[in-house]
Amino acid sequence: MTTSKLPAPPAQAEDVSPRSRGTNWQGFRSLSRAMFRGFVRDRAALFFTILFPVLFLLLFGSLYKSSSTPKINVVEVGRVSVLDQARAASRQLDKVLTVTHTTSLAHALNEVRQANVDAAVQQQGGSLIVHYSIANPTTAGVVNSVFSGIVQAANQAASHKPPAYQLATQQVEDKSLKPIQYLTPGLLGWAIASGGAFGAALTLVGWRKNKLLRRLRLAPVGTTSIVTARITVSVAVAIVETFVFIAIATTPYFGLKLTAYWWMAIPVVICGTLAFLSIGLLVGALAKSQEAATAIVNLIVLPMAFLGGAFIPLAFAPQWIVKVSYFLPLRYLVVGMQNVMARGDGPASALPAMGILLGFAAVLTVIAIRVFRWDEI
Amino acid sequence: MSVAISARDIRKSYGDLRAVDGVTFEVGHGEFFGILGPNGAGKTTTLEIIEGLREPDGGEVSVLGLRPWPRNPALLPRIGVQLQATSFFERLTAREQLRTFADLYRVPAKRADEMLEVVGLTSSAATRTEKLSGGQAQRLSIACALVHRPDVLFLDEPTGALDPQARRNLWDLLRAIAAEGHTIVLTTHHMDEAETLCQRVAIMDHGKILQIGAPATLVRGLAHPVRISIESGLLGQDEARAIADGATVADDGVSLTFTTTEPAPILARLADHKALTGLQVAGASLEDVFLQLTGREYRA
Repeated sequence: MTTSKLPAPPAQAEDVSPRSRGTNWQGFRSLSRAMFRGFVRDRAALFFTILFPVLFLLLFGSLYKSSSTPKINVVEVGRVSVLDQARAASRQLDKVLTVTHTTSLAHALNEVRQANVDAAVQQQGGSLIVHYSIANPTTAGVVNSVFSGIVQAANQAASHKPPAYQLATQQVEDKSLKPIQYLTPGLLGWAIASGGAFGAALTLVGWRKNKLLRRLRLAPVGTTSIVTARITVSVAVAIVETFVFIAIATTPYFGLKLTAYWWMAIPVVICGTLAFLSIGLLVGALAKSQEAATAIVNLIVLPMAFLGGAFIPLAFAPQWIVKVSYFLPLRYLVVGMQNVMARGDGPASALPAMGILLGFAAVLTVIAIRVFRWDEI
Repeated sequence: MSVAISARDIRKSYGDLRAVDGVTFEVGHGEFFGILGPNGAGKTTTLEIIEGLREPDGGEVSVLGLRPWPRNPALLPRIGVQLQATSFFERLTAREQLRTFADLYRVPAKRADEMLEVVGLTSSAATRTEKLSGGQAQRLSIACALVHRPDVLFLDEPTGALDPQARRNLWDLLRAIAAEGHTIVLTTHHMDEAETLCQRVAIMDHGKILQIGAPATLVRGLAHPVRISIESGLLGQDEARAIADGATVADDGVSLTFTTTEPAPILARLADHKALTGLQVAGASLEDVFLQLTGREYRA
């Protein structure tokens, strides 16, 4: 290496001399680009933030696809006239029951024991005998109530009087709310939550560890540019993820039907990303190593996925989970998206959730700034 | 020479530890200045205070006439910093890395590519920084510090973990940069590095500067004996003693060694006897200066 290889001295190169005034847009753009490249080249991050949630959607979407009401399988031993008459009288019954026939009681009982069928029924004169297993208490309960209903109806019919009371049932939840309609916002919410929190925490800890944060502090680029670049990249990733989820869920196979104001899910996604970035920022400010940051983020996001309506839809969750969920930002992200994407609520319905998410983000960011350190000492 | 950097009585403590304990020095424009000392001497903290990364507990610092603390946006474009670690963006190639830094300083990408050439990394431009060798990573790191043509360049142990060949390679680069007129402040725990690169060095230990001066001046001030050695067997014992004229003589079967504070007459007499085969003259080094100042072995 010789001196002659060096470019011209500074005095002759005004055109490349750095300027120090004004917002450093060039710096912001290049930081965003550097972070984005770092993200898409990190296979593990790409897998866990994008592909892994998509796989969950494919898996659960397929599993719950046909889970409207489970049918119960019944085997008739010999002739059971009560059941046959009931089935003839009401077509409804065949939506609940699948009936097969056998002549051997021993064979039928064995089938019940092995859980190949849910119940075996035989009739002895005026008695209907139902053999069932309590291995699955839910099914056992359904079996009991279905057959006591059949017997009561038969008694009523035998009395030749009109029934004094009639039961009319109606499903209260949205009739079209199929599993895919809560799975999509739920799993997407979880994906956005972990993507945002991991993104911010790992960047912060990693950059502090390799002293890039300190190096940037000595470059003419403000903290605002660094933070805005991180937000831009995370929001862009979250929006891409949202469209991937919607594209998969709306295929005929999964059958998600987007409601009129589904696009309101995008501002909800942005607010949610900000909320979870702020969690990541706080974790990143406190954690000393990337391993610790990963563990802490998992400890926060995973329980929240169970309690905040991402993995267990709040409509089916126990009451205590529903109560806890009001304290978790993930709830507002999931429910906010669900309302506008699947329930068909108006655009304004997402505003309270957005407000809460932004408020959460603001509070946590203020705390994170207070505990933030540029370096390890 | 006008003053580029001035530090006056700077102090910094971490709990009971006085990391920097009243350090004062000046560095002139275009000077290559070294801060030399063992690990834990306070070199890095001193450098970080001057760069503006840490607030001193006391004392005053001025760099190019400006105060570096609190973070001074007017100063930042005029200084270049290479931190001890190779601080890079993850998973970027060498060229992308350098262009990102160029953008931060609003310098054209062309200049970034030029710098890649200067540090000899053009052929590794598309290599991810994680895959660069230690020497290549250090050179890229220096290129990132120089991309915006700073007036003052700070290098914190640039050859820390390099093999001897990579170190010499880097020295050539640093000399070329110094020749371009940059003011350079370098910390090192390698005596030979300070001796060969720096115009002046400050020897530091326990947070204090023990001595400041040109390496040669510091060594000369030591009045340390010189060791003259030639091949064993060229001279008989009596001859050797006559030439020594009172100086210590030792023969270990490989070399005949004279230790003296007056080397000139001995060298002249050796020349007279045509006994100069394998001649080596070893004077004192900075290491001896350090030993003299601290009275202890050098812990690198």
